[in-house]
Amino acid sequence: MVTMTYRDALNEALREEMHRDETVFLMGEEVGEYDGAYKVSRGLLKEFGPMRVVDTPIAELGFTGLGVGAAMAGLRPVIEVMTFNFALLAIDQIVNSAAKMRYMSGGQVGVPMVIRGPGGAALQLAAQHSQAFESWYAHIPGLTVVTPATPADAKGLLKSAIRSDDPVVFMEGEMLYNAKGEVPEGEHVIPLGRADNKRAGGDVTIVCHSKTLQPALKAADQLQEEEGVAAEVIDLRTIRPLDTETLFASVTKTHRCVVAEEGWPFAGVGAQVVDTIQRQIFDELDAPILRVTAADVPMPYNKRLERTAKVDPAKIVAAAKHVLYLE
Amino acid sequence: MTAKPKAPPTDDAARRDPSHGAEEARREASAEECRAWLRQLLLLRRFEEKAGEAYSIGKIGGFCHLYIGQEAVAVGTMAALREDDYIVTSYREHGLALARGVPARSVMAELFGKAAGCSHGKGGSMHLFDAERNFLGGHAIVGGQIPLGTGMAFAAKYRGTDQVSVSYFGEAAANIGSFHEALNMAALWKLPAIYVLENNGYGMGTAIARATATMDLFHRAYSYDMDAEAVDGQDLFAVKAAMMRAVARAREDSRPTLLEMRTYRYVGHSMSDAAHGTYRTKEEVEKYRKRDPIEVVSQHMRDEGMLDDAAKDALDEEVKAEVQDALDFADQAPEPELEELYTDVYADPA
Repeated sequence: MVTMTYRDALNEALREEMHRDETVFLMGEEVGEYDGAYKVSRGLLKEFGPMRVVDTPIAELGFTGLGVGAAMAGLRPVIEVMTFNFALLAIDQIVNSAAKMRYMSGGQVGVPMVIRGPGGAALQLAAQHSQAFESWYAHIPGLTVVTPATPADAKGLLKSAIRSDDPVVFMEGEMLYNAKGEVPEGEHVIPLGRADNKRAGGDVTIVCHSKTLQPALKAADQLQEEEGVAAEVIDLRTIRPLDTETLFASVTKTHRCVVAEEGWPFAGVGAQVVDTIQRQIFDELDAPILRVTAADVPMPYNKRLERTAKVDPAKIVAAAKHVLYLE
Repeated sequence: MTAKPKAPPTDDAARRDPSHGAEEARREASAEECRAWLRQLLLLRRFEEKAGEAYSIGKIGGFCHLYIGQEAVAVGTMAALREDDYIVTSYREHGLALARGVPARSVMAELFGKAAGCSHGKGGSMHLFDAERNFLGGHAIVGGQIPLGTGMAFAAKYRGTDQVSVSYFGEAAANIGSFHEALNMAALWKLPAIYVLENNGYGMGTAIARATATMDLFHRAYSYDMDAEAVDGQDLFAVKAAMMRAVARAREDSRPTLLEMRTYRYVGHSMSDAAHGTYRTKEEVEKYRKRDPIEVVSQHMRDEGMLDDAAKDALDEEVKAEVQDALDFADQAPEPELEELYTDVYADPA
């Protein structure tokens, strides 16, 4: 194991995959000479040259579509969006072109590409820069949606995403880039579509992904210390396809569940998790499942209002105590 | 791939004359070539007439956009391409697929939604694909295919092949952002991309003058320091000559071109609207029909003694038989199995 940041883990994954496969290239705004808006691509231009690390104009629709076309012609593009807020400009190409190409061509033409960049709220970036769009992409058949929470997962999942023959929407956490963690040395690949049990416990399941892993783990600590409750923390890691097997195994053990996510409540990722559990293992539940989400408002700029809008450990603890009938 | 200022466009003669090179192309064309092109023009025309009939009796569903009137653009441009070049188009693409060599049976079966169709019944009229011929799709969001074609040109350059990519689209797509974003990148990175703008005068029912601030759409390429020409899209020889110049530029010099093909569709936007009566007059349609792309080639062949009426009729009968065969094939072909509903969503079905 080596300790490294989430940012460096992503950088290593890109570097290793670009060495392994010469059809892999990175394209996006500021990925080359500037070394990446968030420095994920640091050093790659120097190492691989301007044909494989391509700085683009600010034209998300155009260069994402260009990536789709390059993938249709046999390359493996990694398209970096500076943030997923800007990917809204490219969503026509992601949804109408990338996701549907294999199907509407009757299986003849695939789109092996990764669209990656940070999503979710950072600090005081206000309404247009603080949005979690996982559920939008997860709604679309044809897309795979990946949301790593730790450096090890970031590296292992990005390598799998690049190797996937389908379009993968790879959503990084803007506040996670500096997070440090242990990453296995050597070849480290994590299959897509597998959730991860980040903390074992028998009393309540807390489902989370991406940035909500940290508050979920803190909430679990607090529940243990204050209530003697052993919470199990399941990190989805991949939103689509959803790893129902791991979810069901945990809830079958704990019989109680809370789902935390950074997105808004209406038709969110948690709504899908709740639906799946109640539909398939209804008899295992001892209480209705509760969801913890961002407040159902555009993100405010004011620091205190912003903090109130976000998911935090206290909200997860409160929901867990509720499903445990402790309050 | 940093930007470097390039010399201004040089094709002054071509810019001034929509028929530039047509006479030479006419002179150079052999009787055999002319016959093959005439056959293709007739095939596109008869195929679409039959598709229109099949649509009106419910054999073809959804939207169906016919290519009648624009045939010289498809046949003339495809004649200048190599088998390994890339092609993407809009949803008015039956004619383009046929001109590329996708078998009529396979195209008609797709319109009928059958498993033997070129997209196995999952694409339909607007999504014809034939990967073997690098015919990478009809695409049905206006302008959406323009960045895709640009990406294929990028892939050719990346791999160091001398393939070119051609993106076909209607004139209404020249007003959408993806057109401008793609052309800028193609010019910036010197990609072997050819943009064939089929200006048939109308975006659905909106005349170009009601939607576009400038009438000379090819001028838009100059904003990107890209070569561009307006071309007489009803004259196969003018189309082919212009396309040959664009292909040479792309293949030999890795430079993009915008070709504005001035053409006309005789029929409605889709099968849901009349050919005339709302947004254009019968007289206007009749006027354009007088300079028919099939007649332009036939006339040349008659002038050169390559064709007489009997030979043309025989060719037409041959083509009609091929189209009837395609129709019968499509009609009798089996539906896709219901299990196919869930295939081709992901590479790995798990």
